[in-house]
Amino acid sequence: MGNIIEINHLNKSFGEVRAVQDLSFRVKEGELFAFLGINGAGKSTTINILCGQLAKDSGRVIVNGTDLDRDVDRIKRDLGVVFQNSVLDSALTVWDNLKSRAALYGITGREFRARFAELSELLAFGDLKKRTVGKLSGGQRRRIDIARALLHRPKLLILDEPTTGLDPQTRSILWNVISDLRREEKMTVFLTTHYMEEAADADYVVILDSGKIAAEGTPLELKNTYTGDFITIYRTEEEQIRRLDQSYTAIRDAYRVSVPNTAAATELIIKYPSIFRDYEITKGKMDDVFLAVTGKKLTGGAAK
Amino acid sequence: MKELKALVRRNTKLYFRDRGMFFTSLITPIILLVLYATFLGNVYEGSFRDALEAAGVSVSDQLIGGCVGGQLVSSLLAVCCVTVAFCSNLLMVQDKITGARRDLTVTPVRNSTLALGYYLSALVSTLLICFAAAAVCLVYLFYVGWYLTASDVACLLLDVFLLVMFGTALSSCVNFPLSTNGQSSAVGTIVSAGYGFLCGAYMPISQFSSGLQKVLSFLPGTYGTSLLRNHALRGVFEEMEQQNFPPEVVEAIRDSVDCNLYFFGEKVELTTMYLVLSVSIVLAVAIYVGMNTLSRSRS
Repeated sequence: MGNIIEINHLNKSFGEVRAVQDLSFRVKEGELFAFLGINGAGKSTTINILCGQLAKDSGRVIVNGTDLDRDVDRIKRDLGVVFQNSVLDSALTVWDNLKSRAALYGITGREFRARFAELSELLAFGDLKKRTVGKLSGGQRRRIDIARALLHRPKLLILDEPTTGLDPQTRSILWNVISDLRREEKMTVFLTTHYMEEAADADYVVILDSGKIAAEGTPLELKNTYTGDFITIYRTEEEQIRRLDQSYTAIRDAYRVSVPNTAAATELIIKYPSIFRDYEITKGKMDDVFLAVTGKKLTGGAAK
Repeated sequence: MKELKALVRRNTKLYFRDRGMFFTSLITPIILLVLYATFLGNVYEGSFRDALEAAGVSVSDQLIGGCVGGQLVSSLLAVCCVTVAFCSNLLMVQDKITGARRDLTVTPVRNSTLALGYYLSALVSTLLICFAAAAVCLVYLFYVGWYLTASDVACLLLDVFLLVMFGTALSSCVNFPLSTNGQSSAVGTIVSAGYGFLCGAYMPISQFSSGLQKVLSFLPGTYGTSLLRNHALRGVFEEMEQQNFPPEVVEAIRDSVDCNLYFFGEKVELTTMYLVLSVSIVLAVAIYVGMNTLSRSRS
């Protein structure tokens, strides 16, 4: 599997503010790549540079084998972008919006009609064709945003907080569609999100803090490195838990014991088999990873 | 070419679908109509009649109607061509505010195509409205006093076309750096309220102080209004001459309604007015292209 994005020593400053500092990472073809960071961490700056909307100060960006400095138009043909807020024309119908955007990629006439039919089936918006975009619900509008990003069959789909503000059901529908697209069209997805459970499903995660990479790896690697495991023990007494000599928290019908890793959990189970009659071992969450790495909690874009 | 066509169609549709933007652009012509309907029409009619009767000539209602009507029509078209262009061209600011501009620039379409798309769509929208307004104005003149020849009508339409080109190019330059609602509202309000005075549509420039007249003689829009006046009223003045009105009286009326414009005391010929307007269009378009090029190299 080759790299679809290669970023080397990328730098960008706005006056005194160094938005991106010596950033280097790779995104492999076909993977779901999560790019995390609080607002102002440098995510949008990097995405804007990647999309050719912002000039970099230094560094090298290669997308699908094309150097950004050499042929930005070719890169733009390989990218589909779903922005954080819907940027379609709210006064125009779904059909008019998609038709006008498709024409900017040279897709018109019969070719456009065929692609519209394909996307409307995939994203189930055929009945919205003549509806004005401004009158659609949040979830409906998001589906049209994704259809717009997919019009020209991009190799790389950039999703900039795509599910912010959506209800759980719509979020689930959108993720199903994105999963299908990744599977069927081998599309690479570059995701920024504030929902850590979405990042947990990624193949690779980069956490950005103050324009620099604070941590990177697969979710499992990050969890193993930055958080411990948790053993949730049911049907036991607090006195027994104290014998384990580990930090713990009482929950409604059990106790949650923190251990450094799975090996430590195994040791405890072997040492105190009578306590472990009903239990489960879980890894730390991506929220814990983010907190450990940046010292901040990621909740709806605000650092805590 | 496909891209440009799609952009022009999108922008034009958006302008006509956005009722707020559409009606805002018609505020100035509506103000002018209200002014004429309530008192300006009567004021001009009274002053023409008094001036002519003082010179010892009697004048028919149709001739007075043609004269006042010609003035109304030329004023209306003069403001329409520029204020409608400004408002329809505010779409380039709206696109920045809504984020649609980002969605357009992530496509492989060139910035120059985007800029040309805004210019052409504003031109198309403004031309559609102004030619429709010109048609209504001609019907109005037909009823109040028709003294136009086919060549006058053709020249009037050419004036409208040039003034729309000028208004669109000027608004492209002014609107280009704007990026917030406040800025676009301020520009819209200033242009809607001020342009009618500056181009001599609300009140002839001849009525202003000589200092102000000299300042206004540097503004190309003034010559656009005068061209429209000349072509809307040429037949009226010809009829007056045929009815043996004293030439000095006719010339005085021509002066009073800005058919004659003076640049530091020198009378400006019609060909010079066309030249001023054409050069201004070329200059404004060049500035717009320059602004786009500079902005691209900066980003």
